[in-house]
Amino acid sequence: MTDLKRTSLYDAHVAAKAKIVDFAGWEMPVEYVGVRAEHLAVRSTCGLFDVSHMGQIEVMGKGAREFLQASLTNDITRIGPGQAQYTLLPDDNGGVIDDLLAYALLDRFLLVVNASNIDACWARLTSLAPDGIDMVNRSPDVGMLALQGPDWVKALTPVSSPEPFALAYMESTEAHVAGVPCLVARTGYTGEPGVEIMCDASQAPAVWDALMAGADRPDPCGLASRDTLRLEMGYPLYGNELSRDRSPISAGLKWACDLAHGGFPGVERMQREAEEGTPDRLVGIVLTEKGIPRGGCPVMAGGEQVGVVTSGTLSPSLGVGAALAYVSPEHAHVGAQVSIDVRGKEKAAEVTRLPMVDSSPRKEHHQ
Amino acid sequence: MSDETYPADLRYHPEHDWVRVDGDEATFGVTWYAQDALGEVVYYDPPAVGDTVTAGSSYGELESVKAVSDIIAPASGEVIAVNGAVGDAPELVNSDPYGDGWLITVRLSDPSELDALMDEPAYRAYLAGLSA
Repeated sequence: MTDLKRTSLYDAHVAAKAKIVDFAGWEMPVEYVGVRAEHLAVRSTCGLFDVSHMGQIEVMGKGAREFLQASLTNDITRIGPGQAQYTLLPDDNGGVIDDLLAYALLDRFLLVVNASNIDACWARLTSLAPDGIDMVNRSPDVGMLALQGPDWVKALTPVSSPEPFALAYMESTEAHVAGVPCLVARTGYTGEPGVEIMCDASQAPAVWDALMAGADRPDPCGLASRDTLRLEMGYPLYGNELSRDRSPISAGLKWACDLAHGGFPGVERMQREAEEGTPDRLVGIVLTEKGIPRGGCPVMAGGEQVGVVTSGTLSPSLGVGAALAYVSPEHAHVGAQVSIDVRGKEKAAEVTRLPMVDSSPRKEHHQ
Repeated sequence: MSDETYPADLRYHPEHDWVRVDGDEATFGVTWYAQDALGEVVYYDPPAVGDTVTAGSSYGELESVKAVSDIIAPASGEVIAVNGAVGDAPELVNSDPYGDGWLITVRLSDPSELDALMDEPAYRAYLAGLSA
């Protein structure tokens, strides 16, 4: 076995009887009681995820904003301190090195990147950074929890000071949770309202334990439900929907690419693809008969392959097989009748709207 | 989820399938270990009655949300019954792997194949070796 890393919450996961798996070099909880129950808890009440494996890169110094504007696809001048933005780190060909959240803080930017891409992001940003830019890879020192679901306020209220509930979606603030200094942000990867909480890794267990001790405590949730939740929303996952082999345009992420002003690498390709179209496009697909599509399954129409599944599962919310897939443009519309070849058996399917469920992270809480 | 058990009246295949023998008929299912490794079962793709299954080969699939697992026949024969209840409620494989979670019944074509299977103590020792 290779040298797997553990988050500061590892002992808490074991105590909660989590099933632990190797994920991107980390021993992470994949599920506790079961992926369906955890998924449905997040959609209906509240769940708590350990996402401490994710990476945090701080960018400081004079010209930090200009540097990020020239390196990332989204228009970072549109956010100020206390705001966050979804953006992409492109390579010189317009392929995707990673997708990430950029947080503007008072005196710096914080980039939250995928665990598997910390080294690639660091190398890319270092190579692009001009003199005067100061970067720190804080990934090993930061603990990160995601409290997600409509009841997140109830779970956070007893342990947070101040109560960060006036936050709008994609806003962040400093707060104390269980007495621990934290950055609390209205962000997440589930499609439900909620927050992500970052703090010193050594203090993450205190935050976790305090949230779990409340009367309205969340269900502990593993990475399996995080994946099914994001799939229902149509959120792309790096390595499945995003890669260096394609630009963000075919993934439907034009909204996160400032094509009008962008001076970032690969912008010409993205502008061309936005104008002329791409060979295929990312869509959501649901099976209309029993079966579960998986990554790599061919998408068929009229006896010919018209696409390929990049992520597939049984949707816990819908109770049917559900997939994200790249398909040719003529089939990339809601209602298109296709089939998915699941290990030699063709299953009837239909292109569906995204998100597949009636969820939105923007929903406000009720007090 | 059920508790970890391996009934003494069953025979076991290394791919974590069990057999309950009744004359020249035998019922197959997957063991507690198999369902625990797979996680919550959400889909069962069974063979049809009348199909022939071959010892050591796949006769169907069980899927969890995350993974697909072939079900390996511990002995050869003709399928004479399929548990439709598991098709409608695949989680029976988790809650009652040796009872309501049974998968198929076959008419054995070569009962001597059963001699190659493990009894409960041998299977437990085999499992201990896997986790060592």
